[in-house]
Amino acid sequence: MLPAPLVIGVAFAYLSLLFAVASFGDRRARQGRSVIGNAWVYALSMAVYCSAWTYFGSVGRAASGGVWFLPIYLGPMLAMILAWMLLRKMIRIARAYRITSIADFIASRYGKSSALAGLVTLITVVGLVPYIALQLKGIAAAYALMTQSAGAATGSAAPWWTDSTLYLALALAGFTIVFGARHLDSAERHEGMVAAIAFESLVKLLAFLAVGSFVVWGLFDGLGDLFAQAQAVPELARLLTLGQGKTFAYEQWFALTMLSALSVVFLPRQFQVMVVENVDERHLKRAAWAFPLYLLLINLFVLPIALAGLLHFGAGADAEGFVLTLPLAAGHAGLALLAFVGGLSAATGMVIVEAIAVSTMVCNDLVMPMLLRTRRFRVAQAAAGSDLTGFLLAIRRAAIVAILLLGYLYYRLAGEAYALVGIGLISFAAVAQFAPAMLGGMYWKGGTRAGALAGLGAGFAVWVYTLLLPSFAKSGWLGRELLANGAFGWELLRPEALFGLKRLDYLTHSLFWSLLANAGLYVAVSLWRAPSARETSQALLFVDVFKRTAAAGPVFWRGRAHVADLLPLLGRFLGVQRATALFEDYARRQGVARIEQLQPEPQLVQFVETQLAGAIGSASARVMVASVAEEESLDLDDVMLILEEASQLRAYAHALEEKSRSLERATAELRSANEQLKSLDRLKDDFMSSVTHELRTPLTSIRALAEVMRDDAEMPAEQRQEFLGIVVGETERLSRLVNQVLDMAKIESGHAEWHNSDVDLRMLLTQAVHTTEAMFRERGASLSLQMPQTVPTLRADADRLMQVLLNLLSNAAKFVPAGDGRVELRLDADAAGVTVSVSDNGPGVPVGQRALIFEKFRQGGDALSRPQGTGLGLPISRHIVEHFGGRIWLEPDTAQGACFKVWLPWQASSRDADRSTGDQT
Amino acid sequence: MLESLRSQRLLALFCAALALFNFPLLALWDRDLTVLGVPLFPAALFALWALLIGTLALILEGRDD
Repeated sequence: MLPAPLVIGVAFAYLSLLFAVASFGDRRARQGRSVIGNAWVYALSMAVYCSAWTYFGSVGRAASGGVWFLPIYLGPMLAMILAWMLLRKMIRIARAYRITSIADFIASRYGKSSALAGLVTLITVVGLVPYIALQLKGIAAAYALMTQSAGAATGSAAPWWTDSTLYLALALAGFTIVFGARHLDSAERHEGMVAAIAFESLVKLLAFLAVGSFVVWGLFDGLGDLFAQAQAVPELARLLTLGQGKTFAYEQWFALTMLSALSVVFLPRQFQVMVVENVDERHLKRAAWAFPLYLLLINLFVLPIALAGLLHFGAGADAEGFVLTLPLAAGHAGLALLAFVGGLSAATGMVIVEAIAVSTMVCNDLVMPMLLRTRRFRVAQAAAGSDLTGFLLAIRRAAIVAILLLGYLYYRLAGEAYALVGIGLISFAAVAQFAPAMLGGMYWKGGTRAGALAGLGAGFAVWVYTLLLPSFAKSGWLGRELLANGAFGWELLRPEALFGLKRLDYLTHSLFWSLLANAGLYVAVSLWRAPSARETSQALLFVDVFKRTAAAGPVFWRGRAHVADLLPLLGRFLGVQRATALFEDYARRQGVARIEQLQPEPQLVQFVETQLAGAIGSASARVMVASVAEEESLDLDDVMLILEEASQLRAYAHALEEKSRSLERATAELRSANEQLKSLDRLKDDFMSSVTHELRTPLTSIRALAEVMRDDAEMPAEQRQEFLGIVVGETERLSRLVNQVLDMAKIESGHAEWHNSDVDLRMLLTQAVHTTEAMFRERGASLSLQMPQTVPTLRADADRLMQVLLNLLSNAAKFVPAGDGRVELRLDADAAGVTVSVSDNGPGVPVGQRALIFEKFRQGGDALSRPQGTGLGLPISRHIVEHFGGRIWLEPDTAQGACFKVWLPWQASSRDADRSTGDQT
Repeated sequence: MLESLRSQRLLALFCAALALFNFPLLALWDRDLTVLGVPLFPAALFALWALLIGTLALILEGRDD
């Protein structure tokens, strides 16, 4: 037991902290540095699902039913598996059409029907106000547990003005107004509020884990010890089994799982944080698994705490308070306070978000349509032309206060009654009624307004009759004879055994009948008549939202409107400044400088209507736009025509895009071909100048020598002989050069002749060695030959291969040092081909020239020391080797000298050879 | 809705989860055993749950197909 001022002080200190977090979030949002633009924060904000009903109630459920607390959290796991498809579609639709509540979603889908919007809002209010009351009760009960000794009466006996719960409710209303309804945002986004909710989720998780760890490892000696002690008590051991001695109620298990799976998507607070407050739909990827993980963590210690409480306090104790009473009983006041703050987080988070979501609905989908229906209001607001933003905000704020006070009132009236304690699942069953209209609306184009109205109406009626009224009866507010005998004394109409269906428990029973009536009537009535033009157009926009964007989609509107009417209309509901900014933005996107130049096209009308829908709901927005524009009513054929035009336009745009892409591709190809041609041209020029240069050198020396001999008649015979020898040598060089150039040109142009035969490589190499023997002897160099004993024959042109070998050998002979040169010719064969290597002990090829030596006229060595040669030998060799599918290269790292290698494949050579043989005929 | 591999995987996982958490697969875990001191049934429920979360994370956080 703790002093009351301390507990109240902690509670209000915590609320102030929350206030600070929220205003920090809002400030950061204004600076453009959002704190909630993050998948983890998004996942944490989803955990607003865990209300006080989870925080305190799960332990209570576990204490009485063992694992039966789990289906409420396994359902969300199932729903989150489909979140990437389902929720993403909802987010996309809501963003495209500025939908800000679940009521608006349904109303907008079925032709912007205000009747549907009203019905959904009604179901929400009736279903959820008691749920809010339950949260207030949770906090009040926790407060009582903290401040009073066990067994004392709860605070509800005190007069209302001293009841701290009332002030808490008012404080929460204040908080909600400050962060949820301070200004009008046409997207209904509240960054500060979301930041606070994510913070609260973190607090409640940490608090619950702290209490759980304390109980398991502080009070007991670990999980094993706790469970062993529980197993020893027969009643507790029973809790840990599946059936607990009875037949396991699988249908109830399934129903609870399904119910919570639907609730986690369709509860207004979940819709608010998951769809409306979503910053980026890609965040779903992480949040869809992080949120179930959060649920798993917060449920980890539920069963241990329940068992520990039952072991510690005995079977009759109030299990819902175990989270608080266990630390208190152990004398850990600090931990108990932390647990209390956790519970406070769970309750306040739920109340705040629910209040925002419900107040938006009440304002946009209940109050506005009703006001717009009254002629006096319409005349007054049109005449005054006044700014209605203040008025809208006032409605929202009043709705928030009213919802919280209604919740408080219900809490005071119901007290400990069953109608409050059992409301959690009853509320879930109410929002589950949205499922057929929502899911059907998102995936089926045939659903109509009448079908949705009939389904929702019937589902709601069955829910009231089979769940709400029985809960009133069990609380003693209605006669119990309704339960026992049914309405009008008809046995068949007994609320918990409708039409004699007795086998199911009350919840499964109600869920079965209500969803059956709901879905059945939705489908049946929808199929009764063909959808109207407006229903069809909305169905197309919703179901195919992934196929077209709002900007490029079809606009189902025809008529005449004036910018001068539309701008003030938007200004009345969003404020003149914001409306002007929106129009300017729109004008910029249309490529128009000033608002006055905007054409009042259907697109503009749709833009205005969408923006308006964000502020006052789609049904009201429709009415308002219709009031300033002269509209033509569309029939189904018009809708189909517009759709066809839009899809044709899209097809044209697509085709155009495709064409321009292929043009771009063609241009790029042409450009690269041109580049290639240019570089070839350059190469040709280079080649020509190299050839003429090579020709000129010997010609010059021949001419010089010839002139000397002509002019000097008295030249000694031996000198003349010597000069003539040089002239003959130079002439030989010239003709060799010309031959090689011709050869090169032939090979390059593909006109060379190839005489293929089965070449014995051993013989070829031996022959090459004999041919070059004299040359090596002249330079005083030695040539060694190494070959395997047997080598298969290779299909190739023996003369050409000999040309390659001679070229490599004569190169080696030229570069080895005079006197002690050593050259090694080597032949290796393996499965793929043969390798011929020629290595010498010369100076090697400088690193910078290694890549160049296989190109035309690139001789090795510098200009001075360069031996005689044409610079065409290696390029020709390369062409020959490549012709046979092989390759020639210079070994990159040899310790000394150069090592050229030629590799020729067995296979490719034979194939090439066949082709070449064919060529020569 | 069935356009991508990811969507098909998610649908398959949903069906698997539905089967795992319902009759008769759920009844397989109702035995008088303990895992590290924790009775088998609750332990199995949490383990299956964790497994589903892991698989879901794997499917969603993997590269786009």
